[in-house]
Amino acid sequence: MTLPTLDLVVLLPQLIVLTAALLVLVVDGLSGARSWLLAGISLVALLAAGAAAIWLSLQPGEPRRLQAMAVADGFALLFDVVIVVAAVLGVLLAYQSIPRISQQVGSYYALLLLAVVGMMTMGAALDLIVVFLALEILSLALYILAGFNRSEPRSAEASLKYFLLGAFASAFFLYGAALVYGATASLNLEAIAAALAGGSRSPAMLYLGIALLIVGFGFKVALVPFHMWTPDVYPGAPTPVTAFMSAATKAAAFAAFLRLFLTALPTAQPTWSWALAVLAAVTMTLGNVAALRQRELKRMLAYSSIAHAGYAAVGLVAGTAQGAGAVLFYLLAYAFMNVGAFGVVAALERAGEYDVARGRLAGLSERQPALAAAMAIFMFSLTGIPPFAGFFGKLYVFGAAVAAGWGWLVVIGVINSVISAYYYLQVTVEMYFAAPAAEAPAAAAAGKKGRAVAKAAAPSPAPEEGKAAPAPLSRATAAAVLAAALGTVLIGVLPALLTGWIAQAVQGIF
Amino acid sequence: MLDYAWLIFVPPLAALLVNAFFGRRLGKPAAGYLGAVAVGLSFLVALGIFFGLLGLPAEERSHTVTLWSWIHIGNFRPDFALLLDPLSSLMALVVTGVGFLIHVYSVEYMKLDDEHHQLDARRYARYFVFLNFFIVAMLILVLANNLVLLYLGWEGVGLASYLLIGFWFHKPSAADAGKKAFLVNRVGDFGMAVAIMLIFAAVGAQAGSLAFTDLYRVIQQSAPLLAGVASTVTLLLLLAATGKSAQIPLWVWLPDAMEGPTPVSALIHAATMVTAGVYMTVRMSPLFELAGNTLTWVAWVGALTALMAATIALTKTDLKRILAYSTISQLGYMFLGVGVGGYVAAMFHLTTHAFFKALLFLAAGSVMHALHGELDINKMGGLRAKLPTTYRTFLIGAAALAGFPLLSGFFSKDAILVATFEHHAYLLYAIGLVTALLTAVYSFKMVFVPFWGQPRDRKLFDHAHESPALMTLPLWVLAALSVVGGLVNLPFVATLEHWLEKLVALGPVGKPEHPALAVELALLAVSALVALGGIWLAYRAYVQQPDLAVRIRERIKPLHTLAANGYYFDWAYNKLVEGLWAFSRFLAGAVDQQSIDAAVNGLARAFGWLGSRTSRLETGLVSLYALSLFVGLVVVLGYFLATAIIGR
Repeated sequence: MTLPTLDLVVLLPQLIVLTAALLVLVVDGLSGARSWLLAGISLVALLAAGAAAIWLSLQPGEPRRLQAMAVADGFALLFDVVIVVAAVLGVLLAYQSIPRISQQVGSYYALLLLAVVGMMTMGAALDLIVVFLALEILSLALYILAGFNRSEPRSAEASLKYFLLGAFASAFFLYGAALVYGATASLNLEAIAAALAGGSRSPAMLYLGIALLIVGFGFKVALVPFHMWTPDVYPGAPTPVTAFMSAATKAAAFAAFLRLFLTALPTAQPTWSWALAVLAAVTMTLGNVAALRQRELKRMLAYSSIAHAGYAAVGLVAGTAQGAGAVLFYLLAYAFMNVGAFGVVAALERAGEYDVARGRLAGLSERQPALAAAMAIFMFSLTGIPPFAGFFGKLYVFGAAVAAGWGWLVVIGVINSVISAYYYLQVTVEMYFAAPAAEAPAAAAAGKKGRAVAKAAAPSPAPEEGKAAPAPLSRATAAAVLAAALGTVLIGVLPALLTGWIAQAVQGIF
Repeated sequence: MLDYAWLIFVPPLAALLVNAFFGRRLGKPAAGYLGAVAVGLSFLVALGIFFGLLGLPAEERSHTVTLWSWIHIGNFRPDFALLLDPLSSLMALVVTGVGFLIHVYSVEYMKLDDEHHQLDARRYARYFVFLNFFIVAMLILVLANNLVLLYLGWEGVGLASYLLIGFWFHKPSAADAGKKAFLVNRVGDFGMAVAIMLIFAAVGAQAGSLAFTDLYRVIQQSAPLLAGVASTVTLLLLLAATGKSAQIPLWVWLPDAMEGPTPVSALIHAATMVTAGVYMTVRMSPLFELAGNTLTWVAWVGALTALMAATIALTKTDLKRILAYSTISQLGYMFLGVGVGGYVAAMFHLTTHAFFKALLFLAAGSVMHALHGELDINKMGGLRAKLPTTYRTFLIGAAALAGFPLLSGFFSKDAILVATFEHHAYLLYAIGLVTALLTAVYSFKMVFVPFWGQPRDRKLFDHAHESPALMTLPLWVLAALSVVGGLVNLPFVATLEHWLEKLVALGPVGKPEHPALAVELALLAVSALVALGGIWLAYRAYVQQPDLAVRIRERIKPLHTLAANGYYFDWAYNKLVEGLWAFSRFLAGAVDQQSIDAAVNGLARAFGWLGSRTSRLETGLVSLYALSLFVGLVVVLGYFLATAIIGR
């Protein structure tokens, strides 16, 4: 009897992050541990994991595999990079605000790192059971993170709702996996594809399974009508958590979604792509229309993230390598611009506040010009205006869909972009053209004196009576917003730096 | 070594950033020195590029440096890449060389604002940010290896021009002038954008990079691909060039652009940016030759612009306005040169013009500096006693502009006239000669009226003072260049022709077929006589018999009125805009607000209502959410089962 060989290098990024998660818990247990040390360990581990992923992706030859369970191919590793981006920004954002709402800073970072382990494994998984395990690892961590603000009942409510509905969706997913196993006698993605190549023996069982899998993934990426948790959970969770999960969970779920459907189920593509196309169209439309009327930023961004899940799904509908690459590009762009937007919200938040009203942005360009400029970049990018990352994300996704013959879906997508411009640009209008109601005289005076060149950390919020002023912008938050803005601009100016790399990476899943 | 050509962008970019963020802290002269030194360093890099190319055999002098791949969408894949060849290296030298001198001049000149108060440090630094930004954009324009990148630079210099014309934005006239320049240029830029799209549509599969070298290859190997669109494309490019280089019909913005600070007029609106149109036409000349007729259009646009602008210049009394119309007129010469296939002559004149026109503007700025902003030459007089350096350098510049024998302008203008003559375009040649005569007259009007004779305004005269050394030094350097600049392309030596020969060898029209030496010498003599005659006329009319000019003016009153009003181009545009305005008011009222807006607003209201309905679905009840999940599942399932059943 021989023991199976385990090439654990495949999981190198995950192992690094996992080690760091445990290390954070141990260090937190020692008395006198500083918050900066915990954040530092997390940051270093995440960056090391990102470097490991890039190093692995540069290895020549066939991608390494861990038995038939996981693979370290370009596709998985690039998604690791996307997740690392979101996580790094999430850690930076957490540095200021999490200590304000909780004593257990260590467990926050540990949970976040555990979620990252699950997310990275989603993209690498070659087996339905591994996908499910990864899904549960990341979900359980996120349920707790969503309820991390224990003094705020809405945070607890968000956590509970997320948990209940998530459990429901996980059950659907597991059932779907079981049915697919029933139809193909295999859980391995490539074996499933091989089994289906000669036609399915029991198509009804197979399709039932696919439908259930769509529900499971649809829940995680928030496709309509499986989205209803989002507008409650996003505002309820602490803002750094929302920022992190909005980008990273989406990336992880789409990674597994793409690999599962394109590697294992290409024979059923004509069927599932139509179902997904309709879901994508409904998702884009409903997300954008609902966002129009939101007066609060986090809730608005929650609906906006639903709409963006729809845009990304368009790339999956295309079902080609071009489409898969476009989704990857889109999610990387989204990680920068969306986490950045939430970062600005986090910077504006006052202690004990549930959500930030849009009116609070009035006059921000005078008070904190750098913050306002960054927010404007994120809003332009989310709308899809060049030369920002979001424009090329949409361009590639829509281009792939057109090339694959999904013209009508792209028309709906473009109309939706127009609708979305209304509420994104409203934010910009508010920041630059609206006079702040209560603070008008102060802001005007400040504007007259110093419309100086933007300084990253200009803490000049006019104090208001009766309300707690937002804490001055911390270095960590400023760094996160700055990094996100730089990323958004750089990807928009130099998209071709990534496209070649991505096009090569996605070949592995076909 | 050529691969390090990108270094040329680094100093101005770095100085721009430093001045943008710390300019106020750097303080008044320091920010200016930083900007000037940066451009000086760029000039050294440009020299490096020049000598690097010089070291290569003539047929290898076309070197592409790809910095990064820029956009990849299907076939459309322009790179961020530089094309280093004799043409671009000449332009880079002019831009950074003249640019450096003007930056140095600005260090002192911009210490005061337009009302001769101290300019505050923040705006002083901002000026240099804009000026450095201009240099960067202009270098992108001339070094770009493809049309898309060229377009980026094209728009960049347009933006810099807008910002700098309106630099004294508290003056409504300056703000309006900036707006006008920007709007008029949009018309041309539109032509450029459409032209690029048409080229891509025609040859996207063969030359998706839109790189010039690829386009040349396509033109040589599979010309039929482009033959169909060549006429349209080149006419659109000509439109773009008339916008940027202030030719008929889009010249109206340049005289108003004189509202900007004088060094800006020298750098952007005389020496470099306005020549971008000439550069672009020369760069795209193989395509123009493919189109055939367009080159005739180019020549006629150039010749008519040259003549008309010269007549307008004669009627003006504002020193900077005269120079502005003179610039338009000289740019017309360059287009004439391009139109008759004299690309080398056009580039030669572009270079010498950059020297002497920058010199004239800077000297005019020195006069303004001395007279507290006065520009009306009828209020000056006798200034040569008070401003000896300014006078001497201005005299050299004016003589070069007039085509005084053996100065740079003489050779370059003659080169264009010879090219026209060789092209057998005798009518165009005659127009060129008449323009040369007028040029000599107004050039020396600018010398005789302000600098000679008796002071006309005592108070102004008494307060006049020579400018500091930091301003006169660039004047002397430019004066020296204006004198010896002709050396780069002496007839019979033709260094520039040699340097640019690859460019010339591209097309059939541009092949230099030198006529008999006697003809060339005769033409040279004619040019010299015309220039001297013009100067003599100016002497008669403005020094000997000051009433002569008045009498002539009376004699040809209708013509004079026509020219003095700029041939009513502005008036016509105003009428056009007013007409459009009335039309757009109608559209805005009856069509837009009452029909389209009503529909759009209705739609928006409907969406808003839908939005509020949709979010009302968010009741917060988990059971309802779960139900939605379930309903979704049932729908998807139903669809799949239906497919499965039908599929079977």
